[in-house]
Amino acid sequence: MKIIVSVKQVPARDSNLRVASGGKWLDDSDLSYEINEPDAFALEEALQLKDAQGGEVVVVCAGPERAGSTIREALAKGADRGIHLVLPEDAVLDALSTARLLRHAVKNEAPDLILTGLQSDDLGYGQTGVVLAELLGYAHATIIMQVEVLDGALRVKRELEDGWFQYVTLPMPAVLAIQSGIKKLRYATLMGIKRAKMKPVETILAASLGLELGRAAIERVYLPARSKQSQILTGAPEQVAAQLVEKLKFEARVL
Amino acid sequence: MSVLVIVEQRAGGLNRMSLETLAGGAKVADGMGVALEAAVLGHDVAEVAETVAAFGPAKTYTVEHELLREYTPDGFTKALEQLIRAKQPAVVLFPHTYQVRDFAPKLATRFGRALVSDAVDIKMDGGHPRFVRQLFQGKLNADVSSNAGGAEFVSLQAGAFRAAEASGAKGEVEAFRVELEARDIRTKPEAPFREAQRSVDLSSADMIVSVGRGIKEKENLPLVEALADALGAELAASRPICDNGWLPMERQVGSSGQTVAPKVYFAVGISGAIQHLVGMKGAKTVVAINSDENAPIFEVADYGIVGDLFQVVPALTAAIKKAKA
Repeated sequence: MKIIVSVKQVPARDSNLRVASGGKWLDDSDLSYEINEPDAFALEEALQLKDAQGGEVVVVCAGPERAGSTIREALAKGADRGIHLVLPEDAVLDALSTARLLRHAVKNEAPDLILTGLQSDDLGYGQTGVVLAELLGYAHATIIMQVEVLDGALRVKRELEDGWFQYVTLPMPAVLAIQSGIKKLRYATLMGIKRAKMKPVETILAASLGLELGRAAIERVYLPARSKQSQILTGAPEQVAAQLVEKLKFEARVL
Repeated sequence: MSVLVIVEQRAGGLNRMSLETLAGGAKVADGMGVALEAAVLGHDVAEVAETVAAFGPAKTYTVEHELLREYTPDGFTKALEQLIRAKQPAVVLFPHTYQVRDFAPKLATRFGRALVSDAVDIKMDGGHPRFVRQLFQGKLNADVSSNAGGAEFVSLQAGAFRAAEASGAKGEVEAFRVELEARDIRTKPEAPFREAQRSVDLSSADMIVSVGRGIKEKENLPLVEALADALGAELAASRPICDNGWLPMERQVGSSGQTVAPKVYFAVGISGAIQHLVGMKGAKTVVAINSDENAPIFEVADYGIVGDLFQVVPALTAAIKKAKA
């Protein structure tokens, strides 16, 4: 079984986000980056399917030069090879453009299955896998909690709202958007990290593909306004604790 | 030209977020000076359409077909593609439900457009809509606007608008015929089901202590458990804690977990992504403890403590024990 996993590199979760002068994007001068966590779950599911079924896991990533480290990390965890669609450092694409790029990398691979995370932690579109499926003419399913491989088809468990679930059967090739938490994530081993250095990564300059790439139509980025008038308590831990208990008792009257 | 709202129904019941989307649609339609219309898809939706017609749209289309009885992305996309090509709306609005997330990007792609997903507000500017989206899990907002031609596709987050209210006048209901064939539909859905009954009902809890990523490790959970015990509160968590298996899924608060409305809600080390906020915004009083002063949880908190939870929580537990003694 040939599985492609699409991953993204995003600013690290604990980043101190500052809006760049001009107000259209972030000041990225002191940001560090990591794999988009939902994509780490897609990778884990792909690796476990390969462990069970045999085959190959190929990691595809559209991002600037620095995103190469995220591909290496995936290779260290057990993916077999990588494809890096290299974008300019300041590219912020809409989901349709990202999917067009990924389609280009994927179309000659003829995979059985493509996995993505549910959404990215930076732009949060939650669409790339679905759009990619449409561009490739593949069936898709989203918010997947469990994958069972049948003969030429998949039976997957979808999460619905309010604690409801549903099994869906769909033909391969297919695209699945994996729900976070589907499996426990593995760590790369030292041996894996060593082996990753030898694994092939194909790099393709996005600009060389002649595709129409739309920049996300962001006019302005800003800190959200507070909708509630919150009281921020300050002081040493014992002081704020005592203040809070007073407020909860006499102001909010909930204690 | 119109603003077309795609409402969602299940077994004849109207999804509540659909009424919020109708309110958002009314704002855009008024601002653009065009008609508000709605569409309901399914097998037997005439009754739901009559309900929808009372909530503002000048016209409500019923899109009925045997193959739309159960939701499939192929069936819904093909049916809506036909409706949109025929009616040429300027803006197509959806409630940002799990179902919409599954097919709306596919539908927008058929029109060469990128869906503006999960908008939390709409600003009208000289007859042109501008949509507000959250970035970085709610830490930043972005104004998004498109001047490309053709229909604009937008989904609205839960709570973005107050639900539309029934107006005195009732709009027209009109059937729109679609052509679908069984071979168009590749996915075979089975009947939805619920896992074993929940043993924890957070929805009726008076006090909840909820823990997030800030707790760092499972080994640190006793810290918040002690706070919950001191208060006599239920323990809950944001999604990542349950994804990691540190607490059972049934203790999760948020769009994919339980919706709660306690008298007081302590958010400990929870940044406040929108998926979490929609599950706890009914709380009467919210206390947030977080080391990041820009964490979105402070936007909904009545009392905020910017600090290290590993110091603040034990101090708070001690203060509560003392107050109760």
